[in-house]
Amino acid sequence: MANAALRIDSLSTPVQSQGANVKKAPLAPYPIVIVGHVDHGKSTLIGRLLHDTDSLPEGRLAELKKVSEQRGLHMEWSFLLDALQIERDQGITLDTTRIWFRTPKRPYVIIDAPGHREFLRNMVTGAAAADAAVLVTDAERGISEQTRRHAYLLSLLGVRKVIVAVNKMDLVDHAEDAWKGVAGDVSDYLQKLGIEPLYVIPLSARHGDNIAARSEKMAWYRGPTLLEALDLLVPAAPRTEAALRLPIQDVYRKGDTRLAVGRIETGRLKVGDKVEIAPTGQPATVASIDAGKGSVPEARAGQSVAVSFIEDAALNRGQIIAPAGHMPHIATTIRVRAFWLDPESLTAGSRITLRLTTSEHPVVVEKFERLVDVEHLTDGEGSELGQGGIAEIVLRSSAPIAFDHASDLPITGRAGLARGGRIVGGCILLGAASNVTVAGPVTAVNNSVNRAAFEARNGHRGGVIWLTGLSGAGKSTLSMGTQRRLFDDGWRVAVLDGDNLRKGLNKDLGFAPAERLENVRRVAEVAKLMAETGTVVLVSLISPTVELRDLARSIVGDGFHEVWVKADVTTCAARDPKGLYAAAQAGKIQQFTGVSAPFEAPAKPDLVLDTSEMDIPTSSELLIAHIRRHLALSQADGHAVGI
Amino acid sequence: MSNTDQHLDHLDQLEAQSIYILREARVRLKRLGLLWSLGKDSNVLIWLCRKAFMGELPFPVAHLDTGLEFPESYEFRNRYAQEWGLNLIKDECPPIEMTDPTLPPGTRIAARKSLGLAAALEKYQFDGLITGIRRDEQATRAKERIFSPRGLDGAWQAAHQPPEFWDQYTIERHPGTHTRVHPLLAWTEVDVWRYIKREEIPLVPLYFAKDGKRFRSLGEIGITFPVDSHATTIDEIIDELETTRTPERAGRSMDHEAEDAFERLRATGYL
Repeated sequence: MANAALRIDSLSTPVQSQGANVKKAPLAPYPIVIVGHVDHGKSTLIGRLLHDTDSLPEGRLAELKKVSEQRGLHMEWSFLLDALQIERDQGITLDTTRIWFRTPKRPYVIIDAPGHREFLRNMVTGAAAADAAVLVTDAERGISEQTRRHAYLLSLLGVRKVIVAVNKMDLVDHAEDAWKGVAGDVSDYLQKLGIEPLYVIPLSARHGDNIAARSEKMAWYRGPTLLEALDLLVPAAPRTEAALRLPIQDVYRKGDTRLAVGRIETGRLKVGDKVEIAPTGQPATVASIDAGKGSVPEARAGQSVAVSFIEDAALNRGQIIAPAGHMPHIATTIRVRAFWLDPESLTAGSRITLRLTTSEHPVVVEKFERLVDVEHLTDGEGSELGQGGIAEIVLRSSAPIAFDHASDLPITGRAGLARGGRIVGGCILLGAASNVTVAGPVTAVNNSVNRAAFEARNGHRGGVIWLTGLSGAGKSTLSMGTQRRLFDDGWRVAVLDGDNLRKGLNKDLGFAPAERLENVRRVAEVAKLMAETGTVVLVSLISPTVELRDLARSIVGDGFHEVWVKADVTTCAARDPKGLYAAAQAGKIQQFTGVSAPFEAPAKPDLVLDTSEMDIPTSSELLIAHIRRHLALSQADGHAVGI
Repeated sequence: MSNTDQHLDHLDQLEAQSIYILREARVRLKRLGLLWSLGKDSNVLIWLCRKAFMGELPFPVAHLDTGLEFPESYEFRNRYAQEWGLNLIKDECPPIEMTDPTLPPGTRIAARKSLGLAAALEKYQFDGLITGIRRDEQATRAKERIFSPRGLDGAWQAAHQPPEFWDQYTIERHPGTHTRVHPLLAWTEVDVWRYIKREEIPLVPLYFAKDGKRFRSLGEIGITFPVDSHATTIDEIIDELETTRTPERAGRSMDHEAEDAFERLRATGYL
């Protein structure tokens, strides 16, 4: 009797009041989304959770009973969340909603998400706001189509903390075997997506088993109840330690000062910081930061700020402010993994808008790489993405896009997809792709003579020998000497020299990251065309970053040879054949590789020629040997057969 | 309010997110207006706008006047419209005879605001309206989007809302339609009070208890009633909210006259 009284007493005490005498800064409510297949009991689970934690406002229970009875139902928990008339009349959840509750540990906001495939857009709307998810699965019916689809979408949305609720255990006699079967299926599936389920809880939402109170009917289960599991979740770490990304939202004027306003997505920003503004790469120095309460010396991820610069920088919405030397990637063609939410399918050649933080880029769907079969997690082919579908596609833009890889920086590595101002899908960005295939009105015309015929006549294969390295490392000298030697042996050899090309083909380009990218793209495209006529193309181009060289490699494809002409900056600066190092050190040249811009060493070059250790003739011999070994068609005496 | 902790304080997070939304509205919508009910939430909204736009309010503020506000509310409006330098629109709402006669009586009074809103949209050609609604106030508001497209006559198509994630908002431009912008959607009642305390935002005094009663939600005379309370300071109000089980809008007649009364109001343009 005393026990019962205690129980009633503790129930009638609002959970909110617990710990209320301890005055602390209020915690942000921890956002949890409840997902799963339709009719597996998501809304009931939430209703029960609120009821069992005594979190319902006064009169709400009576109101629910009343509207349930009006529809001839006993007690429909889901009406708590399904507030719209159409939802109550049809007995389904259409749209996502939120409801607040708290445990003695912390406050929560519970996000309900509809389980019908038709309302996937609303599920995504809810789930994208969550830090963790409860995936509800029916113990009797097991894992179903939307269980898998929701799990896949969680992985794309970056929600990686997942609790599995095996619901309706009352329908399977609370049997451990039934739980084990479903638990195994769901865990296997989640693990294939790289998600480790944190807890797999057998429960019955309708009867309140293992929600807030431990179920006596499932004494075999030793894990936490749902409520205990929620309290065990660890919130996401702050994003202040990642590289700075401040997308410009708008540009305001205050007197003569121009202010870039926006929210810091990752990292931190201090007055005096040297930054670069992507995609153009213009350098700037932070003069002031205002975070809504006047000037501050520093701001960090999550804050909305207004920033001024010492330089008269060109500021525009959509640019990304990044630390000097740590710019986002820049490309015009990007591979993405996309989910599609619109009834009208996405097809190859579709024109949509990529919305990456505050930037907007009209893009064309250049190519479908694979369709994801969510049921079996296998690849399918196709060129159409329907509502609720997931695919890897290539998007092409006419202007350079600044972005991060989703695996490095999720916020600047994801984007919304829009059509006519309406959001119709989303994607995570996997990396730059080459512009090898041409979509749209341009049709590729084939050479009348094929590559094999050219190569047979030449006696050697075509190929692209890409010499990368600092200015002064010896690339031009090496390529010219090598061309002479091979020509004398009857080879068809061309040289594409960076400096020469900048006088003609690329004379409209500067040295900003986006322009370097375009420079490399053009040279690689030309080299590829020449290689297809059986020519050995020696490219001598600084191409200082991995990204630039990867772009070249992806354009050229087979027959690309990365050769690192290696010499340290001191050696190159001492040689300084063109007087460029002196000019750069005097500050007369900006963004000069090795002095004011970085050179990223190739990780796996096909050949390294260290010109600070060897003289040029020796290096040239090694290069010629490499070319003969890989490109000669016949090597009877170590020399190619001439014409 | 500096904190050395890595985490932003919860109120800092809410403030930063609301400022982000307001700035986004300013970029994306051409003719913005802000609806000022004179209540605590829309005062917070004006406060946030002044932070977002470097001390100014770069669009008009509309009070949909039914003539039925409390005298304290009018006094507050006249004082702060001047003090905050607001470009104030205070057109009178159409009379009750113009409202849908099938609605319950209290709901009809509230429906005058929907008509007033439609008239203001027509007259000032707003394509964006910023309002202070919150998800925790009411179950249909909990289903709202931050950028909520409205059809002709301000209609809310609850069953056809666009997806909204990763701070990417839908803005479609069709003649005669507009977008509602809801910067406070993620705030709760107690968040609003904590922020009012921290920022020292002025309020209509009716929120504080007098003779054992106070207004928890402010609306028109005749359809808004005070609740039992002894909270005479913001701290006492916060304490009260942390323990109460009475919903915020308990004193609003139109929420309780029929199961679907509020949804019907909202579907036809009400906030």
